[in-house]
Amino acid sequence: MSSIALMIVGLATMAAGFFFYSKFIAEKIYRLDPNFRTPAHELRDDIDFVPTNKFVLWGHHFTSVAGAAPIVGPAIAVIWGWLPAFLWVTLGTVFFAGVHDFGALWASVRNKGKSIGTLTGTVIGNRARNLFLVVIFLLLLMVNAAFAVVISNLLVANPASVIPTWGAIIVALCIGQAIYRFKVSLFWPSIIGVVVLYSLIFLGQSYPITLPESVLGLGPKAQWIILLFSYAGIASLLPVWVLLQPRDYINGLQLFVGLGLVYAAVLFSAPEIVAPAINHDVPAGTPGIVPLLFVTIACGAISGFHGLVASGTSSKQLDKETDARFVGYFGAVGEGMLALAAIIACTAGFATLGEWQGVYEKFGSGGVVAFVNGGGQILANGLGLDSGLGSTILSVMAILFAATTMDTGLRLQRYVVQEAAEIAGIKPMQKGWIATLIALGFCLALAFGAGGDGSGGMVIWPLFGTTNQLLAGLTLSILSVILIKLRRPAWFTAIPLVFLLVMSVLALLVQLKQFYEAENWLLLGMDIVILVAALWVALEAAMAMARGAEGTATVTEGGSR
Amino acid sequence: MATKGPRDEKSSLERFAAGLQEFYVAPYRRSFARARRDEDDLFMLLVFAETLGVPNPAACYTMELMPVLYERFHDWHRRMGMERSPLDHIGCC
Repeated sequence: MSSIALMIVGLATMAAGFFFYSKFIAEKIYRLDPNFRTPAHELRDDIDFVPTNKFVLWGHHFTSVAGAAPIVGPAIAVIWGWLPAFLWVTLGTVFFAGVHDFGALWASVRNKGKSIGTLTGTVIGNRARNLFLVVIFLLLLMVNAAFAVVISNLLVANPASVIPTWGAIIVALCIGQAIYRFKVSLFWPSIIGVVVLYSLIFLGQSYPITLPESVLGLGPKAQWIILLFSYAGIASLLPVWVLLQPRDYINGLQLFVGLGLVYAAVLFSAPEIVAPAINHDVPAGTPGIVPLLFVTIACGAISGFHGLVASGTSSKQLDKETDARFVGYFGAVGEGMLALAAIIACTAGFATLGEWQGVYEKFGSGGVVAFVNGGGQILANGLGLDSGLGSTILSVMAILFAATTMDTGLRLQRYVVQEAAEIAGIKPMQKGWIATLIALGFCLALAFGAGGDGSGGMVIWPLFGTTNQLLAGLTLSILSVILIKLRRPAWFTAIPLVFLLVMSVLALLVQLKQFYEAENWLLLGMDIVILVAALWVALEAAMAMARGAEGTATVTEGGSR
Repeated sequence: MATKGPRDEKSSLERFAAGLQEFYVAPYRRSFARARRDEDDLFMLLVFAETLGVPNPAACYTMELMPVLYERFHDWHRRMGMERSPLDHIGCC
């Protein structure tokens, strides 16, 4: 089968979802009102609450939610064949993610820009809100540990990406200095920054860098993980204007360039998909497709993390309520497009079925490295680049995504530790660098505790998906309660909610067995915590919906308009 | 058919540059506002140090700034954890 057909069907499905289904949801379910005074206007403070052009806001929203996850998930999940991953990504985007992200934005806008965390307390109850905080902390922990492994694997597999990866930090530092110290207008630094970044990729191609085979008994992967955490610790302590802000920005620009390159290359080269539609001959040890597919691909199909961004920052900047459809739903479509590109790269970027099977020899062995190699081949065929160069471009793209998420994740974890220290009255722990060291300690414990070479982060990938889906379930339950209370049809959020909770709980039970058999007590403990949280969410949501149906639920005034 | 003049082209380029600027600034607007407020609070402390009983060698300069900062004084003392104005001669609350 030609990948062009897959691309066209996938993009057309998502486009139809945006043009028809989201219109239906906007008009009949969320009932958007162009005259509603959004929090950006009502509470305008020019800091958090600022009316923003919908295209700029979509750019923010999309780049904030897009990370390495929509690449990693599909790249692992195609082991069951391209069709299940394709269906879950396209239909998940249309019926699950779009409704979820759009709904989180709508619910927040209708409630003075409150975050999902606060809304959980108001709509469901304080117990659910506390649960929400536990889930967030676990999610951050897993993101940091998993992404460190993703980056280290890529740096080892593709030594040509070392120079551009670390060089991107220097590019970001220079942009930060140019903007704030020398007051240069942003236009030229943006263009020069992107050109330098891509030039570094050529340089890296000529000078690949590998680490020594062993340092203090640690292999190259473990060495990279330690270096990456050291870097992330320093980056999270620096003032944001110095590194994080320009890095986020240049990364956002690079995302648009990278996505455009992949789709253009598919269009020009029309590679054949070599992977089977449904893989009946999965390697030994591969878990069952149901329920694992639905937690392996989280971002790209549906992700709870998007609800945090939608209600945390995007809702406070929405100019008109009707913009929520474009920003929220189309933001989810952007993620779906990234996941679709990953599926095509991992199934059509190989010469033969045998070569594909060689890469997918065991569950989790494909991953982002398959995306980089497969996608690199497609870039080579479609755009006439050297295949190594194509791989390096995609490798740098994936690394920068993951690294930016790690920087921010570690910073957020530091704040959590500092806040906890403040509540407990422990003075030393409130210091920035001590809190950072504690956050780093947690991440390293997870990375090395669950895998001797620091690869523990990858072992917990399905657990990350489960936690993410659980968070999405929490947001969908809030939306369902609000809709029930408003006497509007709640099927459009309740069906995805039930599906997600059933799949998450089943996946947790499957993983529980795996971790027990592998005697991995750390992950077993985490699994139990998440399982309890999942069941708790299900119970709280059911009770809140019953109360809503009886008309006794407390839904904020904004939500009942 | 109307054609676009140089002025239109310039304005669309300017609009693009403004969008780019917004794309750069917005995600960190809050962090900067907080940092600026912390800096202002420290400055406020220096200006009002003498009246709060803390010796200030630069008092003769900072004293002159007090009238300028009176308006922001109420918010500041509340942020510093003092519900009521700590200074008798400033009856902000």
